[in-house]
Amino acid sequence: MKLQKNTQLALCGVLEFASEPERQFSTAEIAAKYGASPHHLAKVLGKLRRAGLVSAARGAGGGYRFCGNAKRVTLLEVIALFETIGAKAPRAPRRDLERAVDQVLAEIDQTARATFGSITLETMLKLALRSARRSS
Amino acid sequence: MIHLNKTRRVGRRDLAQVVEIDARITGLRKPGYWAGILRRYGGNSPGRFFLVCVEKRQVQGYVVGEVRDWEFGSPPSGWVFGIGVRPESRLRGTGTRLLEEICAAFRRRRVAKVRTLLARDNALVLAFFRSQGMTAAPFIALERDL
Repeated sequence: MKLQKNTQLALCGVLEFASEPERQFSTAEIAAKYGASPHHLAKVLGKLRRAGLVSAARGAGGGYRFCGNAKRVTLLEVIALFETIGAKAPRAPRRDLERAVDQVLAEIDQTARATFGSITLETMLKLALRSARRSS
Repeated sequence: MIHLNKTRRVGRRDLAQVVEIDARITGLRKPGYWAGILRRYGGNSPGRFFLVCVEKRQVQGYVVGEVRDWEFGSPPSGWVFGIGVRPESRLRGTGTRLLEEICAAFRRRRVAKVRTLLARDNALVLAFFRSQGMTAAPFIALERDL
């Protein structure tokens, strides 16, 4: 499955912040790391700030820092700020085959939601660490 | 993390506390079920493990599992089918310790994987197993109405 660009950027950003909660990150630093425009990233970070996941400090040396609970916040909570997994089809299926296809798609969506909902930011950071160790 | 508690095989005297912990988590009191689990998984049955974590003589949590042979061409694996921690004792490493102990027991039985199965909406326990490094297995659970 694929997430929208904004959602992926939000996930990577919030994980960066959560990996060093005492540190303040500049928008430019995160934007350069993930190849996003600072303007685009600022919009994403604005949503994360309104959701109480990051706090912003203005002025020289300002930036963003994580202010959520990495042990509690799940990937699903971050994703849900930007998109809906398993958004309902615009109209009710009229044919049996359409209904059958929708049933399979709903199964996939439920599994995806359960997977994202079971992984906290802290678990994700551990996973990234293990993956980095394996590849080094 | 400092562990002030002790993990050991369950004893008959622990059972009432295991029933109580399970009832507090699930809302269902099942003494008959747990008595059966004690008969089959208590004691020193080879490949079967029913462990409790005890602090100051109080059971803080339990884990139950076994080494299970698998159909469809998979080698035997460790299978955890029950884990519970007193709500007030959570976030102190009790579940982690219980899982580590049962995994060590599985390793001694020379199996290389540990697996479990739980409801998609059991977010708390799913998140716990994920935090312990467990990921999706190459199996899909299926069911149908009878």
